[in-house]
Amino acid sequence: MVSLLRNQKARNVLLQVLYVGSLAALVLAGVMIARRNLAEQGITSGFDFLYKSTGWDVNFSLLPATANDPYWWFFLIGIINTLFLGSVGLILATVVGTIVGLARTSSNELARLLGRTYVDIFRNIPLILQVFFWYAIITHLPTPRAAHEAWGMLLTSRGLYVPAPNVGGVAMALAILTVIAAVVLPVWLGRTSRLSQPIGKRLAIQLAGMAAALACAVLVLLVARLPDAPLLDFPALQGLNLKGGLRIPPEFSALAIAIAIYGGSYIAEIVRGGFKAIGKGQVEAALSMGLSPWRVFTLVKLPLALRAMLPILANQYVWLIKATTMGIAVGFTDFFMVVALTINHSGQTLEAIGILMAGFLTINLSLAAVFNRINKAIALKGNQLRG
Amino acid sequence: MEMVIVAPPAPGRLEDLRRRFFATPLQALLSLASLAIMVFLAWNLLNWAIFSAVFTTSGGPEACQAAAGACWSVIAARWRIILFGLYPFEEQWRSALACVTVVVMTVLSCIPAFWTGRRIALVWGAGAVLYYVLMKGGVLGLTYVGEEAWGGLALTLFIFVTSCLIGFPLAICLALMRRSELPWISRTTGIIIDGVRSLPLISILFTFAIVLPFALPQWLAGDKLYRVILGSALFFSAYQAEIVRGGMQGVPNGQAEAAMALGMSYWQRISRILLPQAMRNALPATINQFVISFKETSLVVIVGFFEILASGNAAYGTGEWRFAYIEVYAFIAFIYFVFVFSLSRYGAFLERRMSVGER
Repeated sequence: MVSLLRNQKARNVLLQVLYVGSLAALVLAGVMIARRNLAEQGITSGFDFLYKSTGWDVNFSLLPATANDPYWWFFLIGIINTLFLGSVGLILATVVGTIVGLARTSSNELARLLGRTYVDIFRNIPLILQVFFWYAIITHLPTPRAAHEAWGMLLTSRGLYVPAPNVGGVAMALAILTVIAAVVLPVWLGRTSRLSQPIGKRLAIQLAGMAAALACAVLVLLVARLPDAPLLDFPALQGLNLKGGLRIPPEFSALAIAIAIYGGSYIAEIVRGGFKAIGKGQVEAALSMGLSPWRVFTLVKLPLALRAMLPILANQYVWLIKATTMGIAVGFTDFFMVVALTINHSGQTLEAIGILMAGFLTINLSLAAVFNRINKAIALKGNQLRG
Repeated sequence: MEMVIVAPPAPGRLEDLRRRFFATPLQALLSLASLAIMVFLAWNLLNWAIFSAVFTTSGGPEACQAAAGACWSVIAARWRIILFGLYPFEEQWRSALACVTVVVMTVLSCIPAFWTGRRIALVWGAGAVLYYVLMKGGVLGLTYVGEEAWGGLALTLFIFVTSCLIGFPLAICLALMRRSELPWISRTTGIIIDGVRSLPLISILFTFAIVLPFALPQWLAGDKLYRVILGSALFFSAYQAEIVRGGMQGVPNGQAEAAMALGMSYWQRISRILLPQAMRNALPATINQFVISFKETSLVVIVGFFEILASGNAAYGTGEWRFAYIEVYAFIAFIYFVFVFSLSRYGAFLERRMSVGER
């Protein structure tokens, strides 16, 4: 026995078995105890509860939801809500971050100062505090009867009411898809394989693609509009309540604003880092070739900076998606809140936690996979960021 | 022949201004727009926060609500709730002293003279004990105050400090295990680290606070506060482990090989050669991680703790100060800002200081 312990190889095997074994035992013991405790409360483990109806309601859903719907439907709603809030927050944060980041790298001292002040203030205040702040502001807005009105939108304590097109759900989804296509098409049409064509021609193709997609979107909306109704449905006061239009609940807007502002301050730093990583020589070479400052920006600086910041940006996006779980603080039914409510109402603790982990792992891994693909597709051979 | 280089005459003040802000029409436009935004924001903010604000409690909430500017009287009236939560009123000096302890501890550990393992451990260990005795009492003639009464800034600082205190050694262990040559140890640790990193902190806090009691025998469950601290320490350590591992990867292989050639044992190699250099490499990212986890401490409000954010909600949520929510949030934001901003400035200073040697 002693000689076995002196043997390096045997010791290594023993060590590994001990480590993995004790971890597995710990998890197993936890699960066993939890199952026994839950069984004492009359809760049987297993995933049968997914098909039972929930008996509670969600306050925000892109899909039709009633209290009679089963748990699995609510989990789906939660995931879609998380992804929806995540992508809205992500897009807004990227817009804010790009503007502030460009201000921070600008040659103008005042613009730099402005950008820096923004980043310093909003990066140093916790996100959840900002969520609470915006939620308090929105819920303290006037009641529907005394609503602020601007461009057909109504600002009230019950949410933001915006004009909505009188179009069916499927057609709306189709229109949104075509709008997304309008953004993606020019990028796809301007791929490097077409670099042999002159810039003017490539630009024309890109613009034509974008215009075609947008035209498709408008066409879908016009064809699918509900009969005998105006194209746009404006919100209006009826009695004590507001009718018509699309209501954006305060929970959603508070979270989206907070994520946009907070995330924007982080993305601004990433954008700045990306532009800082560009070699001075490359910019000088471009300038000496007689390119205009705008061309230098779009043809040299931007492509290089994008490549430098993409990996960090991917991490930040994953973080932002995870930050949507703060929805529970103001009562937005995101994925995590559905899980928490499930545990409260059905007691299926272990299963719900398992679903939570699986859900976030899937979201994270697929996002990472997408960004890895993009990263690989646009990566330059060799190290061209320096020099 | 001797060449004489004559510097161009220094531009006048006006010329300098023109060059810096009005070199081209676009620059001029950008300057003016930025200036306009800044003046507009600064004026409105100053007007709201200072010129038309109410600072005294004498008029009561009514006079305050009528004012055009901020109503700082709510802070004057409720600052004790915000800072100390539900801590017994007569004993709140202890809570204040505990906060000071944490601040002193943090400042001390920022001074390079304290950057040896033993001194850092001494400062933090002594500070933690002092904090605990001050807050909990029950000894030295201090009245006993249970954890459920802790709140406000003191609780925020306590959760932050203890999470880091537990999380840091754990992070080093995790990093070492992930770099282990034994495949099963490094793989399993990798799964743990990546698993924790892919989950949101709230879900981990929730699991530790509410779900864990089911999975633990009664005698092990402990107080909810310590379970949450454990959860946040685990989360911190998963992120910090990757930072430490990055630092270790920056240490050239030759260092460890040289140490091995000198006949140093594994622990000597780790503690004398690898870790000191790795920590130096990882220092900027570590400070950044501290900043992030300090901000994330505020999430414990979701699992029902009365930390500074929750006590702020309570300070305006009830009674006559219902309208003064902006002021309360501004006050809390300011407290967070002071802590986080000074920490991140310190991080930037360290980065500059360390890059001097590399140039």
